[in-house]
Amino acid sequence: MIEFQQVTKAYQVAGRSIPALHSTELTIEAGQVYGIIGHSGAGKSTLLRLINRLEEPSSGSILVDGEDITALDAPGLRRFRQRVGMIFQHFNLLSSATVADNVALPLRLAGELDRRQIGERVRSLLERVGLSEHADKYPAQLSGGQKQRVGIARALATEPSILLCDEATSALDPHTTRQVLQLLAEINQELKLTIVLITHEMDVIRRVCDQVAVMDGGRIVEQGKVSEVFLHPQHPTTRSFVFDDESSTDQAEDFAHVPGRILRLTFLGEATFAPLLGQVARATGVDYSILAGRIDRIREQPCGQLTLALIGGDVDAAMTHLAAAEVHVEVLRG
Amino acid sequence: MSELFSNIDWYDIWIATLDTLLMLGGSLLFTVLLGLPLGILLFLTGPRQMFQRNGLYAVLSLIVNALRSLPFIILLIVMIPFTKLITGTSLGVAGAIPPLVVGATPFFARLVETALREVDRGIIEATQSMGATTGQIITRALLPEARPGIIAAVTVIAITLVSYTAMAGVVGGGGLGDLAIRYGYQRFQTDVMVVTVVLLLVLVQILQSIGDRLVVHYSRK
Repeated sequence: MIEFQQVTKAYQVAGRSIPALHSTELTIEAGQVYGIIGHSGAGKSTLLRLINRLEEPSSGSILVDGEDITALDAPGLRRFRQRVGMIFQHFNLLSSATVADNVALPLRLAGELDRRQIGERVRSLLERVGLSEHADKYPAQLSGGQKQRVGIARALATEPSILLCDEATSALDPHTTRQVLQLLAEINQELKLTIVLITHEMDVIRRVCDQVAVMDGGRIVEQGKVSEVFLHPQHPTTRSFVFDDESSTDQAEDFAHVPGRILRLTFLGEATFAPLLGQVARATGVDYSILAGRIDRIREQPCGQLTLALIGGDVDAAMTHLAAAEVHVEVLRG
Repeated sequence: MSELFSNIDWYDIWIATLDTLLMLGGSLLFTVLLGLPLGILLFLTGPRQMFQRNGLYAVLSLIVNALRSLPFIILLIVMIPFTKLITGTSLGVAGAIPPLVVGATPFFARLVETALREVDRGIIEATQSMGATTGQIITRALLPEARPGIIAAVTVIAITLVSYTAMAGVVGGGGLGDLAIRYGYQRFQTDVMVVTVVLLLVLVQILQSIGDRLVVHYSRK
């Protein structure tokens, strides 16, 4: 578990103090995939680097499994960092070392295993990320997706309990991004690893994260379960992330000329596939028109959101019917 | 043919060539031994680096710049008492090596500093995130990544030292430069001058092509 307690960070630039992170409280449960989304300059990169103290906090404390890591001395910090893997947007592999030597590097630095054990560990890691046949190549000979998989194998070498991902898919194309995210999700399940990732793409959050925090101007402005934040965004920044790539504003004002009662239904899980609207229409005699909608998946869970206008028939009975089903109903206009 | 090179004593040429090679080898060795750590120190204490120390960096920088701005011919003369102190003589190969090292080390340190700055900061950050000590970051990440740049720096400095050894002839340092000045210039024996210049040219060519090959061999980008 990772806990931020009143953590702040300010940079000293030309004698002035520039705040990068305002007082922040944050709890990340063990085994979760925790996403932090924000535009550039929102402070998400600073927040991520505070977890392994690549950035030192200006005040506050950061507890990892109950231990205050801000109090660690230099040797303690080095041992702690061996329990925290990190992958990067630009991979940061040694260009002068082969794939196998890159993956072996954290093990050689730690100096706890002998040559044979390191060789075995590297082989099994490369096999896990599907790069066994590339062990003797240099990073320059690999594609972006392959480089990031080397990065992941390297980050996992010391069997860490936490993996930090710094915009790990931002330099990759959409297809490769999905493959890398899939690998991260599998690793999270197999190794019960806590993953903290930062991104500026809602799609990344939706595909792999359990929890999300939205950052803006050095503050966490919204946080919670991904399904909750994704389907019911509150803060304007969150709304811009959620609706940006869906060309839907989802605002009732846009439907001012549409008659009837306007509702927004949110489906989650198997309810998404139930033939609910037809049943309700037949039972209560209402007509409906669909004004806006989206159907998607959050991790493996299907979800959908429809904006409807209900006209004629027994609208109140229809409402009761809908509320009884596993559907979240919001009235946008009575 | 023998008419053309009538003044040349090939034995003298051979000895002078050996002297030049000895001066070059000896001074290159000490220049690298002293300049590499100095270059690493300049890099680490420099602006926005791991051990940023503005005061120390300013002092080191000033010393390096001062030595680099001093013409080598002046350095040769200024160094005479100091050279006598450590080698017992200011003449010959042994007398030439200390001023050569002092003349070349600051330049080499700057080249090393520049080569290290070319290493992506992300690589330092990644190595830090693995829990590396500063020593490990230098030996396991920075130096391997900067190796082609450092080899190129050694090549540049070796060639600079060849031209410096020629100047060492002025203060009795021996070698091909000495030969060129004493016979080619002072005694108007142009053929000696031509032969020494050609030999120096061949030496520089060999050094450059070895350096270039090593850079290519170690470049993985």
